[in-house]
Amino acid sequence: MTETRDLIVVDAVSKAFPLPEGKGEFTVLDRVSVRVRAGEVVALLGRSGSGKSTLLRVMAGLIPPSSGDVTSGGKPLRGANADVAMVFQSFALLPWLTVIENVELGLEARAVGRTERTKRALRAIDLVGLDGFESAYPKELSGGMKQRVGFARALVVEPKVLFMDEPFSALDVLTAENLRGEIDDLWNAGHFPAKSVLIVTHNIEEAVFLADRVIVLGANPGHVRGEISIDIPRPHNRNDLTFKRLTEYLYTVMTNPDMAIEVGRQASEQLPQVAAKAVSPFSRPLPHVRVGTISGLIELIIDMGDGQDVARVAERLALPVDDFLSILEAAVLLGFAEVKDGRVLISDIGRDYATTTILRAKDLFRHQVLERVPIVAAIAKTLAEKENKTMRADFFLDVLDEYYPEAEARAQFNTAVEWGRYGELFEYDATEERLSLEER
Amino acid sequence: MLQRVLPAAGPLRRLSFGLSDLAVFLGALVLLALVAKVGAGAFVAFVPPKTLPAVDLDPRNLPYYAGRSTLRMFVALGASFVFTLGYGYLAARSRYAERVLVPLLDILQSVPVLGFLSITVTGFIALFPGSLLGLEAASIFAIFTAQAWNMAFSFYQSLRTIPADLSEATTAYGLSQWERFVKLELPVAAIGLVWNAMMSFGGGWFFLAASEAISVLNKSYTLPGIGSYVAAAVAAKNMPALGWAVATMAVVILLVDQLFWRPMVAWSDKFRLEQSASSEPPQSWVYDLVRSSKLRRAAGALWTPVAEALGALLSGLTRVRATEPPRANSAVIDTAYNGVLLAIVVGLIALGAHFILSSVGIGEAGKALLLGFYTLLRVFVLLAFATVVWTPIGVAIGLSPKLARIAQPIALFLASFPANFIFPFATLGFIRFHLPIDFGSVLLMALGAQWYILFNSIAGAQSIPTDLREMAADCGLTGRQRWRRLIVPGIFSAWVTGGITASGGAWNASIVSEVVTWGSTTLSAAGLGAYIAEATGKGDWPRITLGVAVMSLYVVLVNRLLWRRLYALAERKYHL
Repeated sequence: MTETRDLIVVDAVSKAFPLPEGKGEFTVLDRVSVRVRAGEVVALLGRSGSGKSTLLRVMAGLIPPSSGDVTSGGKPLRGANADVAMVFQSFALLPWLTVIENVELGLEARAVGRTERTKRALRAIDLVGLDGFESAYPKELSGGMKQRVGFARALVVEPKVLFMDEPFSALDVLTAENLRGEIDDLWNAGHFPAKSVLIVTHNIEEAVFLADRVIVLGANPGHVRGEISIDIPRPHNRNDLTFKRLTEYLYTVMTNPDMAIEVGRQASEQLPQVAAKAVSPFSRPLPHVRVGTISGLIELIIDMGDGQDVARVAERLALPVDDFLSILEAAVLLGFAEVKDGRVLISDIGRDYATTTILRAKDLFRHQVLERVPIVAAIAKTLAEKENKTMRADFFLDVLDEYYPEAEARAQFNTAVEWGRYGELFEYDATEERLSLEER
Repeated sequence: MLQRVLPAAGPLRRLSFGLSDLAVFLGALVLLALVAKVGAGAFVAFVPPKTLPAVDLDPRNLPYYAGRSTLRMFVALGASFVFTLGYGYLAARSRYAERVLVPLLDILQSVPVLGFLSITVTGFIALFPGSLLGLEAASIFAIFTAQAWNMAFSFYQSLRTIPADLSEATTAYGLSQWERFVKLELPVAAIGLVWNAMMSFGGGWFFLAASEAISVLNKSYTLPGIGSYVAAAVAAKNMPALGWAVATMAVVILLVDQLFWRPMVAWSDKFRLEQSASSEPPQSWVYDLVRSSKLRRAAGALWTPVAEALGALLSGLTRVRATEPPRANSAVIDTAYNGVLLAIVVGLIALGAHFILSSVGIGEAGKALLLGFYTLLRVFVLLAFATVVWTPIGVAIGLSPKLARIAQPIALFLASFPANFIFPFATLGFIRFHLPIDFGSVLLMALGAQWYILFNSIAGAQSIPTDLREMAADCGLTGRQRWRRLIVPGIFSAWVTGGITASGGAWNASIVSEVVTWGSTTLSAAGLGAYIAEATGKGDWPRITLGVAVMSLYVVLVNRLLWRRLYALAERKYHL
């Protein structure tokens, strides 16, 4: 790989957002370095909170990095990156413009003449299979067709790199599958209107299917955990053994946030990294999961037979992958399950929890939470130490604010409260915003 | 039979010049002629005190007067629109401007605009010596103040709430500032802007009526228009003329609604942000007519190249340059900026206080505060009264879709009908039945303000989800319990909105409803509104300033202490 083939280079980029009321700042990206070379499809894979969308926006020049350098086309990036065109998760079509007017948007901004503009827009609309819908308004189109407009709008400017921000995650499963396949075909056919593609996703199969290289991002703060190249001939066949092994490996990696990634695609037994630094109970984030869904997942896996492939369970559930992984992570956190080599194993406590009566399930849950979920345990302990056994929510929110941005701190608090309430550890009065110890 | 005479829509569309074109063409012609005829009147000589335009009470003059008034309303609307774009854009785009402009807007919204009439009238007359344009401008300015703040606030809010993905898309695709403005910012704001403009336009009639005939600094000024016609009729105790004026006003409101606002609302519906089609898009026959005419398309074909060239030029001028690296010492600048702002505010307050205290003394301030308290009581009595009377009616209407379809436009019409046209009738009633104006003025204030409570109750009741209503019926909730558990919580948010609007309207109305006349009889109530009105008539600057300041103080305090809290409660607890 020579330097000249690099289209975009990100060197040691960090991004921090200021917290409100001058409470310091919150780091989203921590010294991230990645590069996009000519002729490849790169996937940025990460859970929510890994800063993958922020990284994409830094590379697109939509937000400036706090430190570090971004180079595009050999020049330092200043302002919006003219070398890229972006496809948005929410389509981001202007509802008052017709399909063709939406597609012409980027050309108009580049001062392309009217006739040339129309010609190129029509070609792009044809390319994505929307012939005949030129004068339709977005609200007349289905989700899949809207995203086709999104692709046409991006491809018509013939960008060096096509950026895709979770382009299929707002579509239903079948539509997403169909469109994803078509885009892949277009790329494989060899006359794609862009030199490279960068896709942000939390969908493991999507990453392995589309990309030549998968960069795995870790969370809190976002950092590059490692990189896996997908060395199988295009189009990537889902039934290919390597495909399956890579997917399984990535599932294991994604459900074990502390696991180190081996370079290359040899997936083998991994030892979790030991976190050396002493941590506050509030710094370890909770997955935002409703308690009921955890036992639902365990029951499903028991029904399917223990030791299932994570990928198969995910398929069966037909949930957004991020949601599914959060539930699985919660089950692992509570000690109800364990993920090894891409398989889910239900523990004895987990089995007991999912099959027993409500009251006993609550006892088990309470026990596991106090043992394994530091944030809930810390809240219960703090309340027990108070003389009147009660405390304002603000106190805990302030503590959480030091580790998370404001919205996330609130979400962490809400999840902790739900878990604590379910385990009958404490009560919460939402009107007074006050926590108090459950009397037992 | 009819079918044979009238060609069906299909062939009609194929004709090179259809009926719709004829209608649009004639309509445009008539409009132009009317504006030219009516507008010419604004340039006649006016040399006070010798040459003063008089108002003729012959009802046949009413269409002309109504035309003059309507023209004023639209000029004010245009001015408000231009102001809105500039003010809202600046407030949304500049962090520093925002910190001044938004609180200022908040204050301007709560200040009783009628209290300022004296200042603006004198100012504008001095600006255009020897021409009626000065008075014309003063009246237009009064209407402007009734419309502009709401519209500017709506525009600012829309700009602040542009969906992040759309904003990012325009940046990512390199749109210039101008392209961003016409393709994203204006469309996003369109619906809110049209609705707010329509509502404020209704409120504007009230100010029009109050500003066409006014006595300021011991002189009376009269501007030909429907408002001064009413004033002249009152002075002449001419009951039939009053009746004609009320009827004309009703016709004008209906016409403006059908010919202007309905089409605007129907047009703006295409700027809805939802990505799916709305189930019941607003309809307008005028809009459909104009849209189906070939004339419009021909005009469009002429206009498009011009618009393109203009757009390209403006885009070229407003290209987004590469962003500068973030400023390091912005905190220092911020602190300095805040310090300067604080100094200016403190300075202004001190200056105002010094002016009032040095000229009228502390005792006068106490008197104004006491009078303000009387007016405050009136506002509260009015709100309580309007709530007790109109909420049950509004709820009944809102819960029945059939009733709502008929009653809602009526409520909207009543809200935009200028209540001061009805004042003379009420005044006559007070005189005849010896009702003291101290109580009667509450009734007068209610004439304009109560409708906000009514149509917000309707809207609130409509917003109660059907399943909750069914649940209430299923649980056997009736009477008091149904109100306590379902209806009151359900309409609370809407009622708060109505209450804020109604109390704002009532404070403003107090200036014209605490002093009323019939012929040579003048009834005056004890209140801050009467205080300001009298000071204005006499040209007593310190007392005008004091009165307006005290009223603003009351309005702001009530907003902060009562409405803000109720609003927060509604958002937190009763949000459906």
